[in-house]
Amino acid sequence: MRLANAYWVQARLGLQAQMQYRVASLFSILGFIIEPVVYLVVWRTIATAQGGAIAGYTADEFVAYYIAWTLVRVTNIGLTPYVWDGRIQQGRINDHLTTPLHLFHRDLASFAGWKPVWIAWWIPLASLLVLVFQPQIRPSLWQILAFFGAVITGFVLRFIVLWVLGLTAFWTTRASALFEIVTTAELLLSGRLVPLELMPPWVQTLANWLPFKWTFQGPIEVVIGKTDAAGTAAMFGYQFLWIAALGVLTAVVWKRAIRRYSAVGS
Amino acid sequence: MPVVSVDSLTKTFRVPVRESGLAASVRSLFNREFRHVEAVKAIDFTIEPGEIVGFLGPNGAGKTTTLKMLTGLLYPTSGSASVLDHDPSLRERELLKRLALIMGNRNNLNWDLPALDSYELQRAIYEIPKDQYASRVESFVELLDLGALIDKPVRNLSLGERMKVEIGGALLHHPEVLFLDEPTLGLDVTMQQRIRTFIKEHSRKTGATVMLTSHYMADIVALCERVIVIHHGRIIYDGALSNLADQFAGYKTITVTAEQLTPSMESYGSVMSVAAQVATVRVARAEVSAVARRMLQDMSVLDISIAEPPIEDVIADVFDSSEPET
Repeated sequence: MRLANAYWVQARLGLQAQMQYRVASLFSILGFIIEPVVYLVVWRTIATAQGGAIAGYTADEFVAYYIAWTLVRVTNIGLTPYVWDGRIQQGRINDHLTTPLHLFHRDLASFAGWKPVWIAWWIPLASLLVLVFQPQIRPSLWQILAFFGAVITGFVLRFIVLWVLGLTAFWTTRASALFEIVTTAELLLSGRLVPLELMPPWVQTLANWLPFKWTFQGPIEVVIGKTDAAGTAAMFGYQFLWIAALGVLTAVVWKRAIRRYSAVGS
Repeated sequence: MPVVSVDSLTKTFRVPVRESGLAASVRSLFNREFRHVEAVKAIDFTIEPGEIVGFLGPNGAGKTTTLKMLTGLLYPTSGSASVLDHDPSLRERELLKRLALIMGNRNNLNWDLPALDSYELQRAIYEIPKDQYASRVESFVELLDLGALIDKPVRNLSLGERMKVEIGGALLHHPEVLFLDEPTLGLDVTMQQRIRTFIKEHSRKTGATVMLTSHYMADIVALCERVIVIHHGRIIYDGALSNLADQFAGYKTITVTAEQLTPSMESYGSVMSVAAQVATVRVARAEVSAVARRMLQDMSVLDISIAEPPIEDVIADVFDSSEPET
């Protein structure tokens, strides 16, 4: 009850704070929309030129893929390790460490609180994309509901990945360097750049063993009909498995991280 | 039974050693050197419930390191500490709910929102009943004069205003132990005075135990009957503030500006500096009026001022009898 209440209030503060930056949010989302629109136009053109499909994706499925992509991207933004560098180097984490609420909960609730503002901006922009590119995909109600559910769990999963990555700042005070490497890996292994079916088989196999796919392509496949009910259930299974595994890892790393914290900078 | 108890508490940092210059930077890529810095060396003290204790020392003496160990921010290298019967290094929620650490650069409120919104979060985290929360906010608004501040976004507040709302937020849960690290740092005199009064009043009302570091002697004099002085990681004085002042600050400084200084300035006291028309002399407290009178008689004085020695000087005198170990 205490934790739920703290989550609720922190999320509300996150929402209120985000509402102070409505225009900045719009510009950020525009950035997130431009990236997939470029991919969409390129791959739709190539698919059309190749006789209508590449690696099992029709031109129309590419359109649906990248429009769904926009919601996934807007939703799965988490705390980047750049923030951790500042927290550690300047000792800004000190106040949080003397508060009886784990910083993870505080960060997660705060980011969750942002989402309604971003999604509010996303709706008209996504509607515009649908109008312009007119995907012919018609997902069923369960696919839509499962998609939204998977987007939320995908957010939690990606948030944990970034959070545990950020904890390396306790050792290096430069977690951002590692973040650059992981971002590149994520770009290739999540389906963010292109659907993984366009990648070599070994990349696809590797992607199945890593968490990134379950934060991007996994949810998208559900809504564009590239997977069935069993595949959707398996996707949720992978998401929860990774959340549990990384949750344990986060707890272990956190315990070690704060032991070696030197509280410099303040 | 003590609220804070410290036994042979020690903290050693491992810090990289690197000479300046490009060559040294390149060498350090292949051969990194470290040295161990003992910031706090086997210190012992206890603090009883309701005490307000000043923790004094120059920069780098080990004050903040000690406070950080007592609040669980740092793990001790050896020795032990107990706060409210808890080991702070375990960072148990039950302990964190009962203490507060306020640093001069505290930044715990949401920058974009009015402080009142962040206070709500404190209420939720510390499970403060709504009626108590309302009365505490009302009381803090009055004591800290927050009326015009708590509904303005924190980013629009000045440093002093922000510090006031930060302190209000940090004390909403009525901590039993309060660690204050330079709480009046960078504030103007009026703001310092208000915060001092608030801390004193809050401690009196709630019975909170307070441990305070400050370079402002006025903070210490206004709040603390007892002081602990730390230097080079060791405690070199633990006792009444009045004794410290009598023992180590039994003098004042007189700065005199004259058309022509007398050649024998040392006849007034210990000359600290002399240049052209201005001289500063250290004079025993009991002799200050007599010496000032003599100066006015002996010289054509343009200006004269009598000042308390700065806290750093007082402590420096304490340190004279405590050379650092090598």
